[in-house]
Amino acid sequence: MSPAPILSAFRQALGEAWAGGAGALLPLGFFAGAAVLVPLGIGTEPGMLRAVGPGILWVALALSSLVTLERIFQADVEDGALDLWLQAGAPVSAIAAAKTFAHWLTAGLPLALMSPVLALMFQADADVNLLSGALAYGLGGLAFFFWGGVGAALSATVRRGGLLIALIALPLYVPTAIFGSMAVSGAAGTTAAPLLLAASTLFALAVAPFAMAAALRLAAD
Amino acid sequence: MLSAENLGILRGERVLFEGVSLEVRRGDAVLLRGANGAGKTTLLRILAGLTRTDSGHVTRGAAHHWIGHREGLKPHETPRAHLALWAKAWGAEADTNTILGDMGLSRPADVAARYLSAGQRRRTALARLMLDIRPVWLLDEPFTALDAEGRERVLAMVHKHRQNGGAVVAAVHGDSGFVASQEMVL
Repeated sequence: MSPAPILSAFRQALGEAWAGGAGALLPLGFFAGAAVLVPLGIGTEPGMLRAVGPGILWVALALSSLVTLERIFQADVEDGALDLWLQAGAPVSAIAAAKTFAHWLTAGLPLALMSPVLALMFQADADVNLLSGALAYGLGGLAFFFWGGVGAALSATVRRGGLLIALIALPLYVPTAIFGSMAVSGAAGTTAAPLLLAASTLFALAVAPFAMAAALRLAAD
Repeated sequence: MLSAENLGILRGERVLFEGVSLEVRRGDAVLLRGANGAGKTTLLRILAGLTRTDSGHVTRGAAHHWIGHREGLKPHETPRAHLALWAKAWGAEADTNTILGDMGLSRPADVAARYLSAGQRRRTALARLMLDIRPVWLLDEPFTALDAEGRERVLAMVHKHRQNGGAVVAAVHGDSGFVASQEMVL
């Protein structure tokens, strides 16, 4: 088996994301917008903001990961590219994983890179923890995108499947969200949380591609 | 090169077709006929391995090309980029410039697909047939949206392909333009 089809799928997905123009910026705007609204809603008391900040960012990250997921496989069904990828001679799971990873690079990684700025807004101390926090948001976001990809593949043939994706994917986000917010909060007794967060991401990376492949085969059937 | 035995498929509670058998040999051109909704596309998808058959089985002895009624072009892709992408994905080394010229796509070669006409998109999809030499071509309504000249090009491609020992299975409405070795009515 040659890796060429997988690389091509990755490249096409990157091209599609950039060609969408605002497509990659949309989750970023959503992420920032949701986080900015919170102090307006709950008040600006610094101690409270510091306490809720990490949790709010995880919720905002989970929701903004869903913003653009709807299109990643649905577009392929509509324009016939899915039929070609299914016959490209590479495992469908690898192609689905490549597409989802490309999607995370354009829409998920920017969220993680922006998280230190938003954390500062929530009165976090400007120290090295901001960077380890960004790493945690990046890892957690990767898990979110892969679980979201399963929802996207399952609803690829459903018109306006966005809500369906959320219903399928949000329960799968739970472990990542729990370990993620523990890892970022840095409270006592959470030293293992970053490892558990990484484990939940690895689990998503290992399982989700096969679920996506099965769902995509069904979508083409 | 490709054979199918006793294929049958259910759509919902309805039997779309059953007991369909097919044998494709070198140089063959099998035409699938039938009214709209008779199951021509479904049969092609079963032959391609995209749709699972509910009975019978398909034996594939050779690689195939798939031209569905949806072109597989992304709105942002140009014909040149599309061919380059699939040449890379398939590990084909054909010269995309020559192919674009042969398909009459030299002028719109760098225009994004969303600005192309339906016929130009069709030509781009059909150009994939030239990228990689594969013995079996599965074509779903290959002439849709093509002008007379485009139709002639496709006929010439099919003719040459058959002369080189290739085979074609095509769903076509009306006059196919080529001598079919077998016509199958669904």
